[in-house]
Amino acid sequence: MKRKYKLLCVVLFLIGLIALIVPFTGGADFAVLNPKGVIGAQQKDLIIISSWLMLVVVIPVLILTFVIAWRYREGNEKSKYAPNWDFNLLAESIWWGVPCVIVFALSVIVWRSSHELDPFKPIDKDVKPLTIQAVALQWKWLFIYPEQGIATVNYVQFPEKTPLLFEITADAPMNSFWIPQLGGQIYAMPGMRTKLYLIADEKGTFRGSSANLSGKGFSGMNFMAVATSQSDFEEWVQSIQGASEGLNWRVYSELTEPSEDNLPAFYTLEKKDLYDHILMKYGMPMSDMQMMGE
Amino acid sequence: MFGKLTLDAFKHDWIEVAAGLSMILGALFVAALLFYYKRWKWLWSEWLTTVDAKKIGIMYVVVSSVMLLKGVVDAFMMRAQQVFSVGDSHGYLGAEHFQEIFTAHGTTMIFFVGMGGVFAVTNLIMPLQIGARDVAFPFLNSISFYFFTAGAMLLMVSLIIGEFSAAGWVCYPPLSGIAYSPGVGVDYWIWSVQIAGIGSLFSGINFLVTIFKMRCPGMTLMKMPIFVWSILGSMILIIFAFPILTATLAMLSLDRVLGMHFFTPDFGGNPMMYINLIWAWGHPEVYILILPAFGVFSEVVATFSKKRLFGYVSMVWAIGAIVFLSFIVWLHHFFTMGAGANVNAFFGIMTMLIAIPTGVKIFNWLFTMVRGKVVFATPMLWFLGFVIIFTTGGMTGVLLSIAAVDFQLHNSLFLIAHFHSMVVGGVLFGFLSGFSYWFPKFTGFKLNETLGRYAFWCWMIGFLIAFMPLYALGFMGATRRLDHYDASTGWHSLFTLAGIGAAIIACGVGFQILQVVVSIYQRKKNKDLTGDPWNGRTLEWDTSSPPPFYNFAITPEVETRDPFWEKKQHPVSSPAPVHYEPIHMPKNTPSGLYIGSFGFLFCFGIIWYIHWMTIMGFLGVVISMIVRLSEKDTDYYITVAEIEKTEAESMRGGI
Repeated sequence: MKRKYKLLCVVLFLIGLIALIVPFTGGADFAVLNPKGVIGAQQKDLIIISSWLMLVVVIPVLILTFVIAWRYREGNEKSKYAPNWDFNLLAESIWWGVPCVIVFALSVIVWRSSHELDPFKPIDKDVKPLTIQAVALQWKWLFIYPEQGIATVNYVQFPEKTPLLFEITADAPMNSFWIPQLGGQIYAMPGMRTKLYLIADEKGTFRGSSANLSGKGFSGMNFMAVATSQSDFEEWVQSIQGASEGLNWRVYSELTEPSEDNLPAFYTLEKKDLYDHILMKYGMPMSDMQMMGE
Repeated sequence: MFGKLTLDAFKHDWIEVAAGLSMILGALFVAALLFYYKRWKWLWSEWLTTVDAKKIGIMYVVVSSVMLLKGVVDAFMMRAQQVFSVGDSHGYLGAEHFQEIFTAHGTTMIFFVGMGGVFAVTNLIMPLQIGARDVAFPFLNSISFYFFTAGAMLLMVSLIIGEFSAAGWVCYPPLSGIAYSPGVGVDYWIWSVQIAGIGSLFSGINFLVTIFKMRCPGMTLMKMPIFVWSILGSMILIIFAFPILTATLAMLSLDRVLGMHFFTPDFGGNPMMYINLIWAWGHPEVYILILPAFGVFSEVVATFSKKRLFGYVSMVWAIGAIVFLSFIVWLHHFFTMGAGANVNAFFGIMTMLIAIPTGVKIFNWLFTMVRGKVVFATPMLWFLGFVIIFTTGGMTGVLLSIAAVDFQLHNSLFLIAHFHSMVVGGVLFGFLSGFSYWFPKFTGFKLNETLGRYAFWCWMIGFLIAFMPLYALGFMGATRRLDHYDASTGWHSLFTLAGIGAAIIACGVGFQILQVVVSIYQRKKNKDLTGDPWNGRTLEWDTSSPPPFYNFAITPEVETRDPFWEKKQHPVSSPAPVHYEPIHMPKNTPSGLYIGSFGFLFCFGIIWYIHWMTIMGFLGVVISMIVRLSEKDTDYYITVAEIEKTEAESMRGGI
């Protein structure tokens, strides 16, 4: 009788728990599982396929744990007791073998997807990619459009259905460049250039952030990534060209000063090779570095 | 005179002041108790100067428990900040303070709780299980402990004097370089980890030699308990991995103190080298922590199923495979650093391979229960909880090992949920299981079962509620280490849920403390007079509880893997008369304490640029070492008469 009450308590508790959790997740936006670009979509498929493959082992383990523990409990007179039984070739072969097969299958997936979704690999599409240079500063993102001659802070706009090439570096501690709804991230490191190809398959505004701790203002390093139509994009570029403050080395130096929670800002790119200079800053001998400010 | 140390170093906000004060009050309270009960001499001669592995093990338990409490408080503070710091509200902690807290949390939990737990169980159990009287180098063992404690002390002192690192628990440069972290925080981190790490390396050597050279007659390698195999694997990893950590930290410190450029981004330095090196240590470190926990579970499952461990040979090979593979997976910590597809794929596949031996171990544990008589005592509950959490955590780990998936989940809260499943569900549950399993062995009384159960259920349910939302948050794009986020992200409700989970875990911690207090109060009721409260299988249960300081009056001889179990199955009708011989034992020495203290001064001097203190500390270590090594009178023999007396007493049952 007492046991029945206990069981009832457990069941009620579980129901309560679920009732507690469900409202918390309602209306939540699962960015990674709700991708808006082909890269993110492939990564989502990968997550789902490999999860199913692994559940082949995990679900039996979870069930077996309860079943075995209950069946062979001390009080159960019906279960067999064999204190010296400690080996079974077939059983051992199964649990060495089956995981091996699954890991082999996963390995094929890993190998293919690592090549397929290599961030440095251009996206297979007829449209010429748009190059955007992203520089992590303390604590904001600077986006330079070398072809359009503009630059922005904490705001990046691009046309939909056009491959994007992000050339990423940092003039600050290491950061990580991440727009979850478009696809995976890559580090932004001083003196290094990483590349990330992404694409937005539809219009929209996506949240971007830094995924790697970079100091005091790190949690405010968010930006808006906006995908628009080609014509809207061109219009936007024109509205900035000429109309905004010029970005030269002096203005850039001011930007590199630490600041937190920056609002979007827009510049006309005066110093065309700014990005190369930011990259090369860390490769210079000491005397040249001081002169570079000129 | 005092380098960078000025009065400003003592100025803190009220939270830090409260933490510092509670620490000082705690220390004063302990000191007052020692005065009241006139126990200073006892503390000195019985504990601080001891070279007995069992007593050093208990001291590890004490230090680790204190650090665990500190780490848990850190965790609650972070959870609370993330509940309150949303939208217009910025919570009650500043960004830098929040970052110091998560850095301290990681450092505390890995180096001073995890490693402390490993050395605690190793010191306490391993010599007994192999039928040895002590470890191979008892004095080195004492140095290891004091280096470990010096590291823990440095971390604690940073609460009162100065600040702690805010650069994350692995302190990546350039953020941890002098340019971006000019304060003493990173130096505190470097030297607390450095000195504890050197202590760990000494322990690794010590225990490896102990296992290889000091097993009792008849105990071949393949007859060692699986716990000892696990420790062996863990110690091999320590010996190979910790020198990497020592060298890396030394280079980082040279960068900071002497303006060198190993890891700076400019002047030829390379931060990526640091990231490779720290994880070349850091990944084996994970297995250094988890292998002993696996060992604990192997003992617990067999004992509480009253059955032999299933698939012993498989288990040994699984440990071997894990040890080997753990050194070729480090790159999976930074798939996102831009290595080529081939490199990423290789390290991804190697990482998945580790899941195979780990899975085999789980199946073997489950089948140990098959055809057994499973008793659901507290240690067994921890095991069952471990299987559930660790299996799901392992699955998300394999998911993260797929480089292309990792791009989306790296540094997100998904990752946090994954590795907490491994280190809480795996390592911590393992140690808590071992704690309730072996507690009676060293105190002579059992822990209160009811409160132990309450603690377990709070931990288990609290863990699920605290960490399952983090998986979801990771999918929602929430990154780790955020001291603030916008309301528009929609994360607030899940962070609140995680906070509720943390509160339930807090109840678990409360019950755990209550359990120890109540059990001490009721110790007469739960006395263990037999030395074998759980119907154990291995040699440690073949001694009294607590065991005499020389462990075994007569060195045991074994023929099987579960010698004590077999002995109980086939009792000898007329045991041969016992014949004792004098036992050779090491003498107590305060040198370890001196060396550890001077080591502490050395580190503190470097941190604050107090050069005379650094030099004094260094000379102190060297001179104490020379003095100790020149001593001739370091050991003695226990006479047969004394052994007979001790044995007769232990028959009447412990304390």
